[in-house]
Amino acid sequence: MKIHEYQARDLFKVYGIPVPDGFLCYSVADVREKVPDDNQLRVVKAQVHAGGRGKAGGVKLASSKAEAIEKAGLILGMDIKGYRVGKVLVANAVDIAREFYVGLINDRNSKTITLMASAEGGVEIEEVARVSPEKIIKMPINPVTGLMDWQARSVALKLLGDIKHARIVADILQKLYKLYIDTDSSLAEINPLVLTPGDEIWAIDGKMNFDDNALYRQPKVLAMREVTDDEQKEIDAHEKGLSYIKLDGSIGCMVNGAGLAMATMDMIKLYGGEPANFLDIGGSSNPQKVIDAMNILLSDKNVKAVMINIFGGITRCDDVARGLLTALDQIKTDIPIVVRLSGTNAKEGLELLKATGLPTVSTMSEAAQKAIALSKM
Amino acid sequence: MSILINKDTRLVVQGITGRDGAFHARKMKAYGTHIVAGVSPGKGGQVIDDVPIFDSVAEAREATGANASVIFVPAPFAADAVLEASFAGIELVVIITEGVPVQDMIRIMPVIRQNGTRLIGPNCPGLITPEESLIGILPGNIFKKGAVGLMSRSGTLTYEVVNMLTEAGLGQTTCVGIGGDPVAGLYYQELLEMFENDPETQGVVLIGEIGGDAEEQAARFIREKMTKPVVAFIAGQTAPPGKRMGHAGAIISSGSGTAAEKIRAFGEAGVPVAKEPSEIPGLIKQKLGW
Repeated sequence: MKIHEYQARDLFKVYGIPVPDGFLCYSVADVREKVPDDNQLRVVKAQVHAGGRGKAGGVKLASSKAEAIEKAGLILGMDIKGYRVGKVLVANAVDIAREFYVGLINDRNSKTITLMASAEGGVEIEEVARVSPEKIIKMPINPVTGLMDWQARSVALKLLGDIKHARIVADILQKLYKLYIDTDSSLAEINPLVLTPGDEIWAIDGKMNFDDNALYRQPKVLAMREVTDDEQKEIDAHEKGLSYIKLDGSIGCMVNGAGLAMATMDMIKLYGGEPANFLDIGGSSNPQKVIDAMNILLSDKNVKAVMINIFGGITRCDDVARGLLTALDQIKTDIPIVVRLSGTNAKEGLELLKATGLPTVSTMSEAAQKAIALSKM
Repeated sequence: MSILINKDTRLVVQGITGRDGAFHARKMKAYGTHIVAGVSPGKGGQVIDDVPIFDSVAEAREATGANASVIFVPAPFAADAVLEASFAGIELVVIITEGVPVQDMIRIMPVIRQNGTRLIGPNCPGLITPEESLIGILPGNIFKKGAVGLMSRSGTLTYEVVNMLTEAGLGQTTCVGIGGDPVAGLYYQELLEMFENDPETQGVVLIGEIGGDAEEQAARFIREKMTKPVVAFIAGQTAPPGKRMGHAGAIISSGSGTAAEKIRAFGEAGVPVAKEPSEIPGLIKQKLGW
């Protein structure tokens, strides 16, 4: 689960990580009302769940209230990578003497939380990671001891070169680690972390993601969840035991198992089609699940054909076929459906489906080709 | 021969009285797995389907000599169950449960490493040495004894591939579903090493997914250490960046873990990557010169 920058800032504040004063505004009128009329230099920043907002024009400087209003007007309503900007953060700009990147991540290679830091902070950090990975300091943290003071200090010392400033940054690292653990985070970044000429430290921008598996024990994190319409569909599907992600193509797919579902999408693409979605119905033959899944698929108006791809393992194909029959009986649609059954009792399953007149096939490639052909008719 | 499990494996089922635990314990038993005990705190002393139930893994191990465990307990308690098995001296622990908090897994890793426990999962279908032992929720009927080792991050896709292998006359030594979670137990590299050292295994199939760089690391290991042929498949080649496809692991992040990078890494290691699953049996036969 992702949160916005302003929400990450709120969490930072609770944990004693300093963030510059700012105002969250939903409209130009909001900016006019909340932002004081002074000569403070401010940054107007789009609040969207998409990276690269600076490059997309979603971050602008404003040297007066009038300019803040003007810039907010430009940013609000913008489209950044498919996300409409519905709110902006108007935050005080600070003088920068030095800036850094610091982050914590669940690291699949070291199988623990890894602290990352770089003296080359800012928007180019991914480029730094790619081109000169040696400029990123990486420190795996033993989860039993947690982030030790010496570790935080030594990373900060490498970053800053002098112990006085290193202590200030080490303190921030400790606070970020505590926040990370307390909230079951999977990613927490401050980028940039800034030292001012007067040795003040500020978290200028922050990003946090959370482990979906742990949301059951993180009610405060869950309360911060904000979803788009497409995401809402995904969440509704999840509640019905389905895993659904909407895509932009025309071939709807219904598959049992995540890996097989991805392979099915690949197959559709391989034969020149575009998948309309990822949909994993899990391992059961429950007709209700198939009905729910079909309803979700058919609510997408781009869908021109549906490919059902089931591998019967413990769930037998004849049971799946009976489930499909019940489901298809309840759903009346003109959209062509191709069914592919394979695995345990596939022959019996396909036999049962013959009565419906649906095109049935036994290999994935046939199914993909057939569905693509039907979608073009 | 085989890796990790064989006909002598003695299995304890943690969470055997739950719906999934009970169902799959029966399936495993029917396949021929030696289920010597079940654990369900508070139900010790009962006998379910001829399997004695104990209150703790330690008691179960002492009474039955169990050396492997499979975990079906709900996600919030799964990490605890692993540690219980680990401290009871169980050598191989398989977590089937999905949705285990990642930080729970992170927290137990140093401990099980110290205890020398081998872990598979979480969020995995388990593993099988065909016609000897099945641990987990794999459909036993599609597997056949043979000379191909297989490892995979996904479930039904594995069955799809195994079915094709079996139909093409390619039986398997051991098939391992390593699970799709970001922090998991045994991974490609450890398993590749085991298959390399297993005299029965002649070739290996690796089924990967987008996200992370485990496949790239596996490719490096194959290039440097493997003498046996390996064939790969990568699922999610067309998945859009940043989308979670049911598996937490399947996320493309910041330019690493894309299908193209994985395919290139395998290419450099001499590992052919199948464009679709149905190509796998042919590629393996070709590599083995059959």
